[in-house]
Amino acid sequence: MLRHPSAAAQISRPFRAKLRRGFATVQDTPVRRYGGLKDQDRIFTNAYCRHDHGIKGAMSRGDWHKTKDILLKGDSWIIQTIKDSGLRGRGGAGFPSGLKWSFMNKPGWEKDPRPRYLVVNADEGEPGTCKDREIMRGDPHKLVEGCLVAGRAMNANAAYIYIRGEFYQEASHVQQAINEAYKAGFLGKDACGTGYSFDVYLHRGAGAYICGEETALIESLEGKQGKPRLKPPFPADVGLFGCPTTVANVETVAVAPTICRRGAPWFASFGRPRNQGTKLYCISGHVNNPCVVEEEMSIPLKDLIEKHCGGVRGGWDNLLGIVPGGSSVPVLPIDKCSEVLMDYDSLKDAQSGLGTGAVIVMDKSTDIVKAIARFSHFYKHESCGQCTPCREGTTWMMNIMDRFVEGRGHQREIDMLLELTKQVEGRTICALGDAAAWPIQGLMRHFRPEVERRIAEFRKEHGTVLFGGRLKSQTDPTLSLPDNLGANLPEVPPPSA
Amino acid sequence: MLRLVSSASKPSSAGVLAKVVVAPSSSRSSRRTFSSTTAKKADITLTVDGKEVTVPQGSALIQACEAAGATIPRFCYHDRLAIAGNCREGVMEFLLANHPLDCPICDQGGECDLQDQSMRYGADRTRFHEISGKRAVEDKDLGPLVKTSMNRCIQCTRCVRFANEVAGVEELGTTGRGNDMQIGTYVAKTMNSELSGNVVDLCPVGALTSKPYAFHARPWELKHTDSVDVLDAVGSNIRVDSRGLVVMRVQPRPNDDVNEEWISDKTRYAYDGLRFQRLTVPLVKQGDRFVTVSWEDALASVADGLVRSGAKGDEIKAIAGHLADTESLVALKDLLNRLGSDNTALDHVGGHAAPVHAVDVRSNYLFNSTIPGVEQADVILLVGTNPRHEAAVLNSRIRKSWLHTTLEVGLIGERVDTTYGYDYLGADAKALADFVAGKGEFAKKFKEAKRPLIIVGSSLVEHPDGAAIFNALAKFTEANKEKLITPEWNGFSVLQRAASRAAAYDIGFVPSKKASSTKPKFVYLLNADEVNPKDIPEDAFVVYQGHHGDLGAQLADVVLPGAAYTEKGMTWVNTEGRAQLGRAAVPPPGASREDWKIIRALSEIVGTPLPYDDILSLRDRMWEISPTLLRYDSLEPTSVDVALTGLKALAAGTANAKVTGEPIKKPIDNFYQTDPISRASVTMAQCTRAFVKGEDYGFSELSNASEAAFA
Repeated sequence: MLRHPSAAAQISRPFRAKLRRGFATVQDTPVRRYGGLKDQDRIFTNAYCRHDHGIKGAMSRGDWHKTKDILLKGDSWIIQTIKDSGLRGRGGAGFPSGLKWSFMNKPGWEKDPRPRYLVVNADEGEPGTCKDREIMRGDPHKLVEGCLVAGRAMNANAAYIYIRGEFYQEASHVQQAINEAYKAGFLGKDACGTGYSFDVYLHRGAGAYICGEETALIESLEGKQGKPRLKPPFPADVGLFGCPTTVANVETVAVAPTICRRGAPWFASFGRPRNQGTKLYCISGHVNNPCVVEEEMSIPLKDLIEKHCGGVRGGWDNLLGIVPGGSSVPVLPIDKCSEVLMDYDSLKDAQSGLGTGAVIVMDKSTDIVKAIARFSHFYKHESCGQCTPCREGTTWMMNIMDRFVEGRGHQREIDMLLELTKQVEGRTICALGDAAAWPIQGLMRHFRPEVERRIAEFRKEHGTVLFGGRLKSQTDPTLSLPDNLGANLPEVPPPSA
Repeated sequence: MLRLVSSASKPSSAGVLAKVVVAPSSSRSSRRTFSSTTAKKADITLTVDGKEVTVPQGSALIQACEAAGATIPRFCYHDRLAIAGNCREGVMEFLLANHPLDCPICDQGGECDLQDQSMRYGADRTRFHEISGKRAVEDKDLGPLVKTSMNRCIQCTRCVRFANEVAGVEELGTTGRGNDMQIGTYVAKTMNSELSGNVVDLCPVGALTSKPYAFHARPWELKHTDSVDVLDAVGSNIRVDSRGLVVMRVQPRPNDDVNEEWISDKTRYAYDGLRFQRLTVPLVKQGDRFVTVSWEDALASVADGLVRSGAKGDEIKAIAGHLADTESLVALKDLLNRLGSDNTALDHVGGHAAPVHAVDVRSNYLFNSTIPGVEQADVILLVGTNPRHEAAVLNSRIRKSWLHTTLEVGLIGERVDTTYGYDYLGADAKALADFVAGKGEFAKKFKEAKRPLIIVGSSLVEHPDGAAIFNALAKFTEANKEKLITPEWNGFSVLQRAASRAAAYDIGFVPSKKASSTKPKFVYLLNADEVNPKDIPEDAFVVYQGHHGDLGAQLADVVLPGAAYTEKGMTWVNTEGRAQLGRAAVPPPGASREDWKIIRALSEIVGTPLPYDDILSLRDRMWEISPTLLRYDSLEPTSVDVALTGLKALAAGTANAKVTGEPIKKPIDNFYQTDPISRASVTMAQCTRAFVKGEDYGFSELSNASEAAFA
């Protein structure tokens, strides 16, 4: 199934060599190019809020169409549809959604007297990400309908939408949508006339980044400090108010009704295997036209930027690097940027990640060290302080990064910093520690020479720098310095020099 | 008070509690379905270091390793608190990054988990040289007991979890995020709890240390003596740390059957009272002043006083107080009996007569359900007691059970803050009558309970309606015996509050009916400092034997200096009837002597020598009286038949009691000063000032200063 008629012309060199063989050769499978989502395949048709976001407009765009029939097909049908569609969580981790929802329906769940909850994570705080707010502003009914469909799939009694406090307009649009849905009989005791009772509540957070972590979100929703819980037990066993709970991203929930209406094969026809579907990408930074756009999964990063954003400022060659999935994922240099596809697996292979699909483009005018140091500031500020490696590590990493911006450091401290990131990574209760460590690892992986250059220049100008950032010239020569301060190490030229 | 604790965060080795399976009951309390514990299903066997261990399902790995004898270094984990998992011990470096290296001036030095573990597992040098320096945090003022040095805090939140789960002080918590996170009380406030001292033990570093003990001793200088606390009737197991002749501090000793590993602040901090107001030499009153005399002269003047007073038979009266040990009680009773007197009284209100519940059957005056048994109860009725002040450690068990199970508590008596919610039924005998008649919501809950428990306060013995209340309770218990008195469960428990009381009842240290109406001519006060001076006739000859110059000594004609509980190895019987052996940590000061020896010597002088010359033969005599007095650390449950017989006798003996309707008052107004030792303690006086009188401790200077002072 070719998307582009002109694809043959773009076939890369090895294939052309094959084509020159004789007539008897087997036809090669045509190479599939991704991207170029057609308007009729878009799910979020009002992402830009150009039309009515109320129930009338939403219904004219197909929302709430035959929702009753979907609900009546039952929980296992919905879950199987989601599984078949290949939908993976759009919040960043990319866990298969159908599988996750099915955890709520363990054998014997009917005997559990506890209520069950769907919690929608609308605490969109990842720097660079602005897709959920577009959904909630323009297509709030998609989210509310998604709550009902996903809630039916996991036999939940109610859905809580935990929305970030700063999203005032979005909150009012979603609340309006909830009210309209109740009024129209889509929600409540007899949702859509199916006899299924379902309630949707909106809860406004206070804007802490960590409250986007699912268990911290649950804590916050319970009225406590937003601090992640230890897992296990997982929320599907003990979640909100001690009851079985599933936390899902806004986009994941909002696409569910459309998948159920148009069928799993339709959704699965987009993107590469294991990465199917469409996705909202948010492109920001040094592009001519920053935007949020719904595109097919697996679209090449370069295509995405060229097609929808008018290209990088000053042309593709002016590109320095791209953070492809929000501030938590490592940065990619230009050579990788021109190769990768925007999906979970391709970016993982490139030692980065799709994250939330927030593409941050940086051209050559960017001070890349300062940019990553800014990320470190963010994570230091947003660390909840509960567990030690993150609490101490984020601050320490921030301090070192701040010094590296001006080059005030020692060559050996680069490796120490990398070791610190490894000591934080994977050792924390939640993923914030990882998220703080990865950008630094990405920086050192691809831009280490730049850091080394700054250190060398600073040393040239100010003389020997001790570990920790003190200048040797500022130390008291009458006192003996401990030998672990790096004062007397021989000048080591950077390995890349 | 919020009682929403998910089963996820509950302490997993919660003793008996862990074994209690509570089905979420739909009828009783739908609001608490969430806190119901899940059933522990099975045991899991696993191999640790080649050793096979079996642990209950749901245990933490750290517990399994502990069981296998492999200790895993930890900071935040504590087996009696909820699991936080935040210290992430894996990377020691991060814990030390912002921890000051002030071990030489830190009071925790020598018993600091961080110090020990960094010596054992840490690197020998640091990589942390940041030019921005270490974090600095302002110290908090938590009151006169807990000293803070918040720079040293590693944010393990053990103290927060303890305060919230065990002590019921919900104002201790964390503020701020990330590296700016601080432990504190949100607003400047002292930590008002009678269990606050335990956070000092819990703190793995030197952030929370003991204020009275600050800079007094290093742990390696101290001699540890395992002993028993006597400042309430729980019999908390303690370790007395002494240096030379001085008790430097008191620490808890874990005992799951009694105090888990907590002790009350009085137990922990009243030790400085052992240094003040002590009686160190025998004294004889001459005119309006006491004169120091030798032991010989003192004993001779007692014998002389006995003869001169002309006391015969029941006119010779002994009054025993809270801190009298069992051995001296036995010796004193033997002496009096030999002198022809049955007038052995106690020093509480109405102590001149035998208590209404009599002392013939043990289950009438003991805490029959046992202290750990409290956690098995599903409904508790408190009658005339405030366990928070009468047995603080027991109270924490009730709170634990209340937090994690569907326990319901009812209270008859003065309204008090118990740290858990309760149904208030009323303050007088009428409220009890209503309850017995089945009126009210709580009576219904009690009827439906599987393991109901009635905790009767010791103050009821002193109350004018005590007889009527005991009568009603005895009849009610008998009528509901199929639930309250079974071979596995005895739901009628009396909570004593004086350390000597259970032993005094056990040995029959109560006057006969005839004796109690006799006007005494010779009064012997053994540690009796709660007596009403008006009850002692003006012309009577009074002897006081004890260790503190408190009320009793003022009344005396002769004062005989005895030993305090840390200075003698004696038997103590707690409110459950559990005999425990205290041990001498330091010698008695000055010329003071062990109490039973004083009585033995006196018996020689007055011409009726007691037949025991050493402690072993005295204990043989105790064995004759009751073997339970010497069966240390074990309990002798009363059989169902005997318990019912006792209740019948109690009901019969109080059948004609009239109700005056006087409200029941709490017996302890000031938790911190209940006995001669705590009244002599400076620390307890400071606590009284800070917590009871509510004078702002330490903040006053700040809040009175003008804003300009800080500009």
